[in-house]
Amino acid sequence: MSDRTLRGKVAVAGVAETEYYKWGRSPDPEFKLAIQAILKACENAGVDPRDIDGFSSYSNDRSDASRMSAALGCKELSFASMQWGGGGGGGSGAVANAAAAIATGQAECVVVFRALAQGQFGRFGQGPRSKVVSGPAAHTLPYGLMSAAHQFAMKVNRYMHDHGVRQEALRAISLAAYHHAQANPRAVMHGRPLDEAKYDESRWIVEPFHLFDCCLENDGAAAMVLVSAERAKDFPHPPCYLLGAVSGSQHRAGATVHNTPEYASSSFPTVAPRLYNMAQVGPADVDVLQSYENFTGGVMMSIVEHGFCTAEEVNDFLTYDNLVAPSGKLPLNTSGGNLAECYMHGLGLNIEAVRQIWGQSTSQVPGAEISMVTSGPMVTPVSCCIFGSEATL
Amino acid sequence: MSATTPYLKPGLAKPVAAGDGLDAPFWDGLKEGKLVLQRCNGCGKFQWGPEWVCHRCHSLDLGWAETSTEGILYSHQRIWHPVHPALAEQGPYIVALVELPAADNVRIIGNLVGDPMQPLEIGSAVRAVFEHHPDDDPPHTLLQWEVV
Repeated sequence: MSDRTLRGKVAVAGVAETEYYKWGRSPDPEFKLAIQAILKACENAGVDPRDIDGFSSYSNDRSDASRMSAALGCKELSFASMQWGGGGGGGSGAVANAAAAIATGQAECVVVFRALAQGQFGRFGQGPRSKVVSGPAAHTLPYGLMSAAHQFAMKVNRYMHDHGVRQEALRAISLAAYHHAQANPRAVMHGRPLDEAKYDESRWIVEPFHLFDCCLENDGAAAMVLVSAERAKDFPHPPCYLLGAVSGSQHRAGATVHNTPEYASSSFPTVAPRLYNMAQVGPADVDVLQSYENFTGGVMMSIVEHGFCTAEEVNDFLTYDNLVAPSGKLPLNTSGGNLAECYMHGLGLNIEAVRQIWGQSTSQVPGAEISMVTSGPMVTPVSCCIFGSEATL
Repeated sequence: MSATTPYLKPGLAKPVAAGDGLDAPFWDGLKEGKLVLQRCNGCGKFQWGPEWVCHRCHSLDLGWAETSTEGILYSHQRIWHPVHPALAEQGPYIVALVELPAADNVRIIGNLVGDPMQPLEIGSAVRAVFEHHPDDDPPHTLLQWEVV
């Protein structure tokens, strides 16, 4: 076997998040949120923050690595990485980049983090306010195509048309997330359950997305501490290894003005096989899935493109019963995810995947050994990763 | 044909050619009521959005050509939630993704004019409607579509 793999070479030492707030409600500025999450993750790992020698983030996170290293008094900076691409497509990609640095001897202890204070820096879910627009956006924005929901709805409409997918499949994804959030005290939607009638009666944002098909907008920060696998047993958790992490997208996914050849796609057709090949597992081996929900339609396509069911099986497979822990065939977004826990650009999904391996989820899948994350469907690049227990090595 | 009234309420950002000139012939063409897209002088194929190299043959000699204003509805969305103050009183509106068979099946975005609650069927034949804004600052033309 080729040694050009991340399988089993890196372990997760600690994870943490700040309190999660509704957008604009953070009492602290964004950089301070990032500091808090990183310090908590180090505390969770029992690692001295001064020993962090690398930072990895995505989506043009504003909390600069060198400033962070200086602020925390780190002994040195060995690795600073930013994954290209907007949205949450880089969530697992940032894990991959950090792991690659560790596996190749570039760094010893790398923090993956993401911080958002939309009150400080503006909201995602609003259109730009400029008087004129040029470049690719000039071909969409003057027609009122201006938000993330607008960017993706036509992919999902086309997919639902081509494969006969019903609205109920999208609804099941939302219901499962809200169900899991009721068990998770960290979740912004804790105490705010959702049922079929409430979903059906909720307003359209853009067809086929009801309000509850759309992610939240939140303030907060999340962080993970990664180290080499040799140190996996030095921390106060059961060992949690990275089995694989990849990013990318299919041929010309970045073609502008909605001209990507494989349009109705979550951008995972070429990425998912590389993940399974690296991790040496298949979809049937996955015990629990955290799948990034910018919008439920992207989760639906991600699940198909990762081989959990075929496009023609979506209506039968994506049901509430199949998607809830502990008994579902594929427990999905067991923290509540971006829909109901918090929209921390998906890094919360990676943290939840680790907690499943540690047996610490608030909606624990009994005996979870293989725990998977898919990050940022429908953008480019997207990314995904698989964590495994010691038994999976 | 040309639109008599704008489809969307005024106040959204107005399109101008890219600062590097990449898409200027397209916007100039619309003002003349023509659909002008990038076509490679190397291999003769259309490509859209415009780019500085042909993705098929890597020619840097990209030209422009007028093409048919007849298309196929490739996908669509009916938008309800306003994300811009200009659309606060708009109500639902439709964005169409149109495939152009005469231009090597490139796709282009516009609004689908007419009743915002009209039934939407992927595969419908559509044709271009030029929505001129000659008195706007800056003057521009939007490319809209209607079901044939």
